[in-house]
Amino acid sequence: MFPKGTKRKFSDSGEEPVSSGDQSPPAASSAVARTLSSSYSLQRQSLLDMSLIKLQLCHMLVEPNLCRSVLIANTVRQIQEEMTQDGTWQIMTQALAAAQCPADRLVATEVLCRQTDAAAQAGQSPKPFSVVGLEEGYHSEEVVMEGDVETEVTMSTLSPVSPQLSSASYLAGPFGMGPCWEEEEEDGECEEDEEEDSEECVSEGEEGDRDHLSEDSRTGEQVFGTFEIKHPAPPPDPALEELFSDVDPSYYDLDTVLTGMQAAPKMGPYDLLESLSSHGPTTLSSSSSCRSDLNELDHIMEIIVGS
Amino acid sequence: MAVVVVLKANDVQWCFSQVKGAIDDDVAEADIISTVEFNHSGELLATGDKGGRVVIFQQEPECKSQPQCRGEYNVYSTFQSHEPEFDYLKSLEIEEKINKIRWLPQQNAAQFLLSTNDKTIKLWKISERDKRPEGYNLKEEDGRYRDFNTVTTLRVPVFRPMDLMVEASPRRVFANAHTYHINSISVNSDCETYLSADDLRINLWNLEITDRSFNIVDIKPANMEELTEVITAAEFHPNQCNTFVYSSSKGTIRLCDMRASALCDKHSKLFEEPEDPNNRSFFSEIISSISDVKFSHSGRYMMTRDYLSVKIWDLNMESRPVETYQVHEYLRSKLCSLYENDCIFDKFECCWNGNDSVVMTGSYNNFFRMFDRGYRQDVTLEASRENSKPRSVLKPRKVSTGGKRKKDEISVDSLDFNKKILHTAWHPMDNIIAVATTNNLYIFQEKLN
Repeated sequence: MFPKGTKRKFSDSGEEPVSSGDQSPPAASSAVARTLSSSYSLQRQSLLDMSLIKLQLCHMLVEPNLCRSVLIANTVRQIQEEMTQDGTWQIMTQALAAAQCPADRLVATEVLCRQTDAAAQAGQSPKPFSVVGLEEGYHSEEVVMEGDVETEVTMSTLSPVSPQLSSASYLAGPFGMGPCWEEEEEDGECEEDEEEDSEECVSEGEEGDRDHLSEDSRTGEQVFGTFEIKHPAPPPDPALEELFSDVDPSYYDLDTVLTGMQAAPKMGPYDLLESLSSHGPTTLSSSSSCRSDLNELDHIMEIIVGS
Repeated sequence: MAVVVVLKANDVQWCFSQVKGAIDDDVAEADIISTVEFNHSGELLATGDKGGRVVIFQQEPECKSQPQCRGEYNVYSTFQSHEPEFDYLKSLEIEEKINKIRWLPQQNAAQFLLSTNDKTIKLWKISERDKRPEGYNLKEEDGRYRDFNTVTTLRVPVFRPMDLMVEASPRRVFANAHTYHINSISVNSDCETYLSADDLRINLWNLEITDRSFNIVDIKPANMEELTEVITAAEFHPNQCNTFVYSSSKGTIRLCDMRASALCDKHSKLFEEPEDPNNRSFFSEIISSISDVKFSHSGRYMMTRDYLSVKIWDLNMESRPVETYQVHEYLRSKLCSLYENDCIFDKFECCWNGNDSVVMTGSYNNFFRMFDRGYRQDVTLEASRENSKPRSVLKPRKVSTGGKRKKDEISVDSLDFNKKILHTAWHPMDNIIAVATTNNLYIFQEKLN
């Protein structure tokens, strides 16, 4: 009933990207890749991709299964830790930081929304295998974004390109200034419920996007530190933030529900946040500033509700 | 001179007794069985399904003409326990699926059980009515009131027998105490309180009081982004009303004493087996996640079920289990595929037999496994319509792991991973077991001569 130990086929060189014509990966990346058993690192990468897709689907579910999400997130963390230790992670993130993505590429997260340049995958660690097998059964979601984003940003998991990008995009997630988990789309046109949760696509506009790109490499360092779970103080781990973006305390707390702060993860109060927020792109930089925004929002909501 | 014959455990032969549920392969989602539980006497067997219904079967009294066959289970009562709800505040649907049923010990003529979905626990009273009053003075038989001017004589109403009616009525509704999904409920041995556990919290209730519960365990971190572990199951000790255990997704079990403090965040004992470094993989944590924990009837041991094994723990030893049984070790090399198709997250339950000598748990392909602790023997049996001739003896099954597959063996790759047995129950006294496949309930009995 289940695929019989999926065999990953890859070319002899192992490190070459599937699509010809792409730039070869940076020299450093190949060097590191060669130090690992290529099949092990491919399997590990495949597992990472699979896990990230599962998490993405988790977030789309109406009723997220917390236990499953936690287990998958822990697996992702383990892989990331191991990749950090053998240096693969660093290489990949640096490659991604330098990477560029064309505006018309299909993207999987809001982070890639902001990378408006050439193909991200050109600079990625080689991923010659395909995760097409995982795409079966996944349906594509399309969301049309208004606001400052000029081009249509679509999210699709059916394209052969996107799974690779989705992994990259999640990798880029921590580095692309993990978006504030409380911010929502500016417009009320996003009908897709599932899209809400993790794809808090920000509509700050491309000016803000470009500001971030330059900071990506810096945040790479920042994120490594946050992988230590025992890290006592913020900065919060944007990767985990994203993973649990829809499991924020206010989402579940009865306390917060009862105080009237809680709102559905759709439009409504968050529209207010958008219009109120004069922070613009900087609100993306940490969830702590987002929380202060949310407290501000609480206050305003209380006034409005008259409680 | 007396000759003592000691019967070995595998002399117990299991026979098919009954199967309940639809025959066709097209499974209606609402019919998926989600919990199975015998009551304390074994006379009643309750099942809950994804559609929020509870079906209770009652064992027929043993008939004299067929002493070799224990009574059959027939439908006693069916009722809709939970309805789907919509949480408007969070825009979330609350599933009506019954996660757990637990019977209360019988204290009078009526039977009581607790049933729970993800958010709400209900106490149901199941009572029989086999008499009804007749001969009211002021009421007609159909209930209409008579004009008292027409009453010329008085009579005393009497009870007359009627066809047996079994009524189920909700007596208590325990709601709004769980933010996360309830995975366990457990009635305390004091018969006055019970606990309910969700992913992050455990609450203590009094059966009489519905508007208040006490939080006794809370593992929610201040910052949800630091969440790495959830509660997977919880149970009260069968004899000590102050003791309970809860298991986690990291493979640990914590035993707590409610006398120690109001909030039992600090465990009294922590049961954890050190990881085997040889078997370490990215899936190690997932397969160590405990899906079920059950105390033995004696209260001396507890059993835990993780993805690949069943472990028996002595409550006096925290460092490692005293017994470990491999349920389907042949799946260890398939973990990546099982992760891909999500089977690795399946939550199997486990149960003890009446005298704690044998434990049972389910597997895939509608297989279920029994482990005899005394004789160190195990058997794999199958619940299928093919083996459903009355009183036919179940043949042990075998999964071939090596290259060569013997006749009658089934290879790992041929296993049907959609046919999983997650819920099993063992009669508290006799060798009668209830095994739930996706939408069918099989009842097997020990072959008696």
